[in-house]
Amino acid sequence: MDGDQTGGAKVRRTRVVLGEAAARRPSPDPARADLAEQTPVGEALVKGLVRAQLALALRLSLVVAAGLGALPLLFAVAPAVGEAKLLGVNLPWLLLGLLSFPFLIGVGWAYVRWAERNEQDFTAVINRPEG
Amino acid sequence: MNPYVVPGLILVVLVTVGIGAYGLRFARTTSDFLVASRSVSPSWNAAAISGEYLSAASFLGVAGLVLRYGVDVLWYPVGFAAGYLALLLFVAAPLRRSGAFTLPDFCQVRLRSPVLRRLATVFVVFIGCLYLVPQLQGAGLTFTTVTGGRYEWGALLVGLVVTANVALGGMRAITFVQAFQYWLKLTALAVPVIFLVMQWQSDGRPAVTPPAGPAFTATTTVTFTDAATLTLPDGSQSRVAEGEERTFAAGEAVPEVSTVDDHRGADWLLPGGDTTLFATYSLILATFLGTMGLPHVLVRFYTNPDGASARRTTLVVLALVGLFYLLPTLYGVLGRIYTPQLLMTGRTDAVVLLLPEAALGGGHLGQFLGALVTAGALAAFMSTSSGLLTSVAGVIFTDVLHADRGGSVRDFRLATVLAAVAPMALSIYVANMDVSQVVGLAFAVAASSFCPLLVLGIWWRGLTDAGAVAGILAGGGAAMAAVLITVLGPPLSGWPAQLIEQPAAWTVPLAFLVMVVGSLLTKRRVPGDIGATMLRLHAPESLRL
Repeated sequence: MDGDQTGGAKVRRTRVVLGEAAARRPSPDPARADLAEQTPVGEALVKGLVRAQLALALRLSLVVAAGLGALPLLFAVAPAVGEAKLLGVNLPWLLLGLLSFPFLIGVGWAYVRWAERNEQDFTAVINRPEG
Repeated sequence: MNPYVVPGLILVVLVTVGIGAYGLRFARTTSDFLVASRSVSPSWNAAAISGEYLSAASFLGVAGLVLRYGVDVLWYPVGFAAGYLALLLFVAAPLRRSGAFTLPDFCQVRLRSPVLRRLATVFVVFIGCLYLVPQLQGAGLTFTTVTGGRYEWGALLVGLVVTANVALGGMRAITFVQAFQYWLKLTALAVPVIFLVMQWQSDGRPAVTPPAGPAFTATTTVTFTDAATLTLPDGSQSRVAEGEERTFAAGEAVPEVSTVDDHRGADWLLPGGDTTLFATYSLILATFLGTMGLPHVLVRFYTNPDGASARRTTLVVLALVGLFYLLPTLYGVLGRIYTPQLLMTGRTDAVVLLLPEAALGGGHLGQFLGALVTAGALAAFMSTSSGLLTSVAGVIFTDVLHADRGGSVRDFRLATVLAAVAPMALSIYVANMDVSQVVGLAFAVAASSFCPLLVLGIWWRGLTDAGAVAGILAGGGAAMAAVLITVLGPPLSGWPAQLIEQPAAWTVPLAFLVMVVGSLLTKRRVPGDIGATMLRLHAPESLRL
C-alpha cells in the first residue's frame, strides 16, 4: 500500500522529466522517434552514448589510480622517494598536502569538457537533418 | 576565557539567522523550503554544498590527525576531496536527470523495488546517525576547550540546539546560509594561518621534527585525565596519577604518554611506519567512493536545473573543497611546534582552536584569531549536523512513519527527535575516538552499500533488484558490523583489527561482486523499462525528448 503510494509519487516525477514532454511534443524527426519509442536503432544510440561516457569516466579513473593510487605502493617499495626533499619539504607532504588537489581539479575539468562533447556529438546525431 | 569568543559566536548566529530570513523572502513553495530554489547558479550551489560538507571532521579532525600521526593521514583530506571527483565521474549528471531526491528515491526510479527502498532507508539512517556522532564530538570538544566545561554538556547542548532548530523549522537547508557557512569556514582557517606562518618565520623557523623529538616552546602545564607512564627520549620513565598536573619549562622534551597513541620522528614525517598498505588503501577506497553515498550530499544535487549544471556544480565543489583542505594540514604541522602538550593529553582534535593563542600569545591578536576559529568550528558542526539531521529525519518521515499518507508537522518533529537520540548517546560513549576516524567509518559503510548501487545502477543495464539487495546486505552489512564492533566491541589487535577498523578494502569489492553475480543469476528480473530509464539518465536535456 505504502509501496504503491511512493511508486505513484515516483511515476509522477518520471513523466515530468521525460515522458510527458515526449507525449506533448511528438517529433516528426525519425531519430527522435527512435529514441522516444525505444526502437532497436534508438536503443543502439543510447547504448553508444552510455558506453562513450563510461569509457571516459573509467579512463580518467585510471589516471587518478595511476597518479594518486599508486603513491602508497611507491612509498612502500621505494622509501627513498618518501625521504626525498623539495624546497626543504619531504616529497610525500608536497604531493599529498598540496599537489593532489590541483591534480584532482584538473582531472575533473577534463571530464566535464569531454563529457559535454560526448553529449554534443549525441545531440548532433539525433538532430541530423537526414535523420 | 577569551573575551572575543562569546561575541564572535553570537555574531555568527545572528548573521546566519539574518541571511536565513533574507533567503526566506524568496521561498514560496514547499520545494523552495526543502532544497532552496532550483534556479540557483552553479557557483552559489557549489558553495552551499561545500558549506554543508565541510564538517567538524574537516575543520577540527584533519588537523588533529596530522598533528598526531603525520603524513599517512593526509589521505583523509585527499580522499574527502577526491570523493567529489568520483561523484562527478560516475554519478552527478545521471543522478540529477533521474529526478531522485534521496537514495531510496533512486532505488524506486531505477529498480522499482519497495524492498530495496526499505533497505536503502535503513542504511541512510545508519550512515546519517554515524556521521552525526563526530559532529557532536566536535561540539563537545570545542565546548571543553573554550569554556573548560564538561565534554558531555557541550555535545548534548549542541545536539539539543540542532534538534530543536530542525524540528521547529528554524534551520532549513537554505542555499545562501550554507554558502555563507563555507566562506566563513574558509576565512576562519585562512586568516589565522597567515599570521601563524608569519609568527613561525619571526621565531626563526623552528624545526617541525627536531632530531631530539618534539619540545615545548613555552612553559606549559599539562593535566593528566588518566594514570599513565611518561617516557622521555633518553629512555627514563616516570608515572603520573589520574588528575595529576605537571609543569614543563620551555625547551624541555615532550615525553611519550603510555595512554596516547601518536607517531614520533620518522614515523610522523615519512610514509609507511605503523600504518600498513592495507589500511591506507582501505582508507582511500572508503573516502574516494563513500562521498557519493552520504545522505546530505545527494539531496543537494536536486537543486541543479539539469545534468550538465550538476556536473559543473560538482567541479566547483571539488575546487572549493580542495582549496579548504590545503589549510588543516598547516595547522597540524604548526601544532607540532606550538601545542605539543596535545600529544600528551590526546586531545589533538583541539589543535585548530588552541593554536592561534599558543603561537601568537594571549594578546588581542591571538585572542581575536582564536575567537575566529571557534566561530568557524561552530559553523562547521552546526551546518553539517543540521543538513544531516534534516535529510535523515526526512527519510524517517517518508519511509518509516509512512507520513506520505497524510503526515503532519508533528510526525516530522517526532522523526527529528528519533534521528537525534542515537547519535547523541553515541557521541558521549565514543568520546575518546578521533573525530576523523569515526567519519572514516561512515564513509566505509556508504562506499560498501550505496556506491555499488549507484555506479552499477547508472551504468549497467543488467542490475536487478535482487542483486542490489544481496550486494547491499553483503557489503554494506559487513561494513556495518565492522563499525559496530569497532565502536562498541572490545579492542582488537593484529590482522583482525586491521580488517575490522578499516573494512572498505574488502567490503567494497565484496559488495560489487555480490551485486553483479546476484544480478546475473536473476536476469529475468531486469526491469522491462530499462531502455527508457537509461535514456532518461544519460540523454542531455537539450534534446527535450
